[in-house]
Amino acid sequence: MSAPAGYTPYHPRWYRRRVSVWWWLESRSYTGFVLREVTSVFVAFFALVLLWQVHALGQGPAAYSRSLARLQTPLFLALNGVALLFVLFHSVTWFNLAPTAMVVRLRGKRVPDLVIAGANYVAWLVLSAAVAAILLRG
Amino acid sequence: MPQTVTLSVARYRPEEESEPSVQTYEVPFRKDWVVLDALNYIKDQLDGSLSFRWSCRMGVCGSCGMTVNGQPRLTCASFLSAEPPGPIRVEPLRYFPVIRDLVVDITDFLTKLKKVKPWIVRQDEKPLAEGEYLQTPDQLDAYKQFSMCINCLLCYSACPIYGLEPTFIGPAAIALAQRYNQDSRDEGSAERLEILSHHDGMWQCTFVGECTKACPKHVDPAGAIQQYKLTSATHWFKTLLPWGGR
Amino acid sequence: MDLFSCDVLVVGGGGAGLRAAIAVAETDPKLRVAVISKVYPMRSHTVSAEGGAAAVIKAGDSLDEHAYDTISGGDWLSDQDAVEAFVREAPEEMLRLEHWGCPWSREPDGHIAVRPFGGMKRERTWFAADKTGFHMLHTLFQTSLKYEPVRRYDECFVTKLLVDEGRCQGVVAIELATGKVLAIAAGAVIVCTGGCGKVFPFTTNANIKNGDGMALAYRAGAPLKDMEFVQYHPTGLPFTGILITEAARSEGGWLLNKDGYRYLQDYDLGKPEPKPVLRSMELGPRDRLSQAFVKEQEKGRTLEGPYGHYVHLDVRHLGEKVIERKIPFVRELCLKYMNIDPVKEMIPVRPVVHYMMGGISTDTLGATPLRGLYAAGEAACVSINGANRLGSNSLTELLVFGARAGKAAAAFAAERVSPSPSLLAQAQDEHRRLEERFLRKTGGKEKIATLRSEMHETMETSAGIYRTESTLKEAAGQLEGLQARFEDVSLDDHSYTFNTELTAALELSFMLDVAQTIVQSALERRESRGSHQRTDHPGRDDGAFLKHSLASRGAGGHPRIEYAPVTITRWPPGQRVYGR
Repeated sequence: MSAPAGYTPYHPRWYRRRVSVWWWLESRSYTGFVLREVTSVFVAFFALVLLWQVHALGQGPAAYSRSLARLQTPLFLALNGVALLFVLFHSVTWFNLAPTAMVVRLRGKRVPDLVIAGANYVAWLVLSAAVAAILLRG
Repeated sequence: MPQTVTLSVARYRPEEESEPSVQTYEVPFRKDWVVLDALNYIKDQLDGSLSFRWSCRMGVCGSCGMTVNGQPRLTCASFLSAEPPGPIRVEPLRYFPVIRDLVVDITDFLTKLKKVKPWIVRQDEKPLAEGEYLQTPDQLDAYKQFSMCINCLLCYSACPIYGLEPTFIGPAAIALAQRYNQDSRDEGSAERLEILSHHDGMWQCTFVGECTKACPKHVDPAGAIQQYKLTSATHWFKTLLPWGGR
Repeated sequence: MDLFSCDVLVVGGGGAGLRAAIAVAETDPKLRVAVISKVYPMRSHTVSAEGGAAAVIKAGDSLDEHAYDTISGGDWLSDQDAVEAFVREAPEEMLRLEHWGCPWSREPDGHIAVRPFGGMKRERTWFAADKTGFHMLHTLFQTSLKYEPVRRYDECFVTKLLVDEGRCQGVVAIELATGKVLAIAAGAVIVCTGGCGKVFPFTTNANIKNGDGMALAYRAGAPLKDMEFVQYHPTGLPFTGILITEAARSEGGWLLNKDGYRYLQDYDLGKPEPKPVLRSMELGPRDRLSQAFVKEQEKGRTLEGPYGHYVHLDVRHLGEKVIERKIPFVRELCLKYMNIDPVKEMIPVRPVVHYMMGGISTDTLGATPLRGLYAAGEAACVSINGANRLGSNSLTELLVFGARAGKAAAAFAAERVSPSPSLLAQAQDEHRRLEERFLRKTGGKEKIATLRSEMHETMETSAGIYRTESTLKEAAGQLEGLQARFEDVSLDDHSYTFNTELTAALELSFMLDVAQTIVQSALERRESRGSHQRTDHPGRDDGAFLKHSLASRGAGGHPRIEYAPVTITRWPPGQRVYGR
C-alpha cells in the first residue's frame, strides 16, 4: 500500500529576488566594506612604486634623480596622496578587525579587544618612529 | 504619542501573483508592542491571510526573523517605538527564496548545517559508568559564545556574499562548526577542516562583518570564521614543514 | 494523495521527540524512523526552558531522596513505580547528553555543577547557565543529524491519527509549504507534542503549545490523565508572560509584596533567611507559591499595574557578577522587554500558566492504552509529576521517557504487522473534511481570534489557581457554546501555500477539546490537591480522590471522566511539609 514518493522539499513557485549589481551602495556598511577591499589596489600601487624606485636606484644616480623628478610631478603627487589615504584606511580597518581573528588567552581569560588592537597601533607607531629616526638622522 | 502606526507589509501569494506586492495596514501604536504584536493584530483583526512564522516571542526560538525597515531583525524583539517615525516596512528575510508573504525557505541552511558535522566526533566514547568528560569553566568559555546560536538566520540575511554566492556555507553553520572544534570533548577538527577548506567554506568569507552586527545573540560568527581561517592557515603552514604532520 | 510509510513515526520534534527518534535509531538502525513536526525542531518550545534538569549525581544525595521530593512535590498523586524508574535512569540519560556535547555548567575542577531548585532537599539540578532547555534541544537536534535513518518531515501539521483494527497506524498531515495532504503509515506512533498552555491567556508558553497531540490522542480514543492539574509558574513577566526562571530564586532571589515584605513566610513555607534554604520560602514548590500570590492579592498587598496585579522579585543583593554568571538571560529579558536592570531594580512578576502535569495517559514504558500509540514529554502523563511538578524534573523527563517510549515503540514496530487496507480511505476522508470545513468554506460569521479570546477568558476565570463548582460548571457550558460556534468559522485565507490561518483554526479546535477535558476533570475532582485548589472543597481527600482522573471522549463529544488507581510502592501518603 505504501508508495514512498519523495517528500517535496521544493516548490517551483518560490520567489527569488535578484541581487542588484549595485548591492554595495545599499548601506554604509556595505560601501565601507567595498572601499576597504579596494584599498588593496592602492597597497599594490605603493608596492610597485617602491619596486620601481629601488630598480632606478640600482641603475645609478642619474636614473634615480629622474625617478624622483617623476614622483614630484603633480600627477604622481595626487596619485600618491590618494593612495596614502587609502593605505591609512586599510591599516586602521585592519588593526580594528585584528582582535576578531586573533583571540589570545592569558591564564584562561580572553585578552580584551582594545588591547589587541592597541598593541597593533603601538607597534605601528614604534616601527614608524624607528624608520623616521634612521631616515632623518642620515 | 501617535495613536496608530502604518505597517507596509510585503505580500506574496504564489497562487495569484508572480511577484511580491506591498500592502499597508494601520495598527494601534502601543509603547510595549513589538513588530510581532503588530503583525498578530493584523492577522487577528484586519487580514487573516497574512502568513508569518513566530513561536516563543522571547528571542530564543529563532522563528520570527524578518527584514524590518531594511534590517534583518527578530520581530519579537523590535519595538515599534524604537523605529523612526513613519511607515514601518516589514519584508521577508533577504537572500532566501520566499514561499509566501513573510515566510522564507530555510532548507539550504539545514543542509549546510548537517554538512559541517555539528556533533561531538570522537574516536572512542568514554563509557557512561565513568562519568562526565571533565571540562573546566575556562574550557567551556572557549566555545560557549558560539553555542548560543538560535539559528535565526539573520546573519545569512545580512551577508552579501551569501546573497551573491548562494553556495557559501554561511556564518551560522561555520560558527557552529567552530563551536564543536573548540569543545575540549571533540576530536573532529580535522574532518571539519577538510569540509570547510573547500571554496564554498570559510575562505569564501571576505570578512564583511555584517553577520556579527545582525546577530541578536552576540555569537560573533565573523569572529568564529576569521579565527578558523587563522587556525586553518597555521595548520597548512605546519604541513609544509618537513616535520609538520597532517 | 501522497502516501508514505515508516516503522516509527514521532510526532513533535522537541526534546522528547528527538530523544525518542535517536533511541529508535540506536535500538535498531534498520528501522525507518521519522520525525514529523509543525515547526522546525529547533523552534520547539523545549528551547525556552531555562532553569535546569535534575538528576542525582553528587555525593550526599540519593535516588530515594529525589524520589521522595518528587512524590511529595506531586502531593502523592505520582505513580511511585514510574518515579523510581525515573530517578534511577535520570543520571545516565543526563550523562549521555553530556557525552553528546551539552555544555553543562561546571565546577572549577571540571565536574558537572548543580544548583538548588524548588521543592528539592538536595542540590541536584544540572544547568547550562540559564538556558538549559536551549542547550539541551540544540544538542539533541544536532546529534540527531548524525543518525542517517532519522528522516524528518519539517513543517508538516498533523491533523488526525489513523486508527484501525484497534491500533494506531499512522497520521494524516498537511505539508505547510505546499498545502499537500500526506498520509503516513507507521508501525508505531509516538506523540511528543508538548503541553497546552495557550489554552490560557497568560502563559510562558509559545504560540505552538496548543495541546495538538493531546487532542489527537483524545479524538483517537486514548484517554487524557489528570488534566485538571495546570501548573502556574510563580514568576512570569506581566503582559508578555515571559518566564523568569526559578533559578533566580534558587540563586537567592526574594519575593516581596508591595510593602517590601517577604510574604511567603505567612504561608507555612518557613522563616526568611538571607541565603536560600532548600525546600523553604522562595524554594518551596510552585503551586504553593502561586497560591500565596492569590492570597496576597485578596489581602490587597500586591501591586497593581496596567496589566494586572504583580509582586516584586528582588535579586539586587546577588550582585552583578553572580547575575551575569548564573542568570544572564534573566537580565537580558528584563532589560529588553521591561527596560529594567535586575542588578539595580526589582522585577515585577506574577504567576502565569507554565506546564501541564496532565496529558495522554501512558504506562511507565510510554505506551498508551491504544495499541501502537506511545507518548512522552509534557504531552504525556505517566505520571511522575502528580498534582504538581517540581522545577527541573521535566527536562530530565524528556530524556528518560523519550528514550523509554522510543525503545518500546521500536520493539512494537519490529513485529511488522501490516497496515490495514482502509488507511488510505480514512486519509482521503480527512482530506475532504479539511477542504470542506476550512479551505473551501465561506460565509461563516465567527472569527478565530474572538473565539480564542473568549476561551481564554473562560479558562482564566474558571480554571485558574482557585476553582469552584459554579464557575467550573459555567465554564463547561461556555466551552460547549464555543465548540458549537466554531462550526461557523470561515477563513480569510483560502490558499494552499503556507496557510497559517488554517493551522490557527485547527489549533483552536484542538484547544477547545483540551479545555473541555481540563474543566470537566476539575469539576469532578472535589478536593484540593497540589495545583488543583477548590475553594468549595479545600483540603486533600485521599479516601475519595487518591486516584488519577481519565478523560475520554464520550457520546456527544463531551469528556467522560473515569478514575484509575495511583501506584504506591514505598512512600505512603503523608503531609507535604516545606520550611520546617
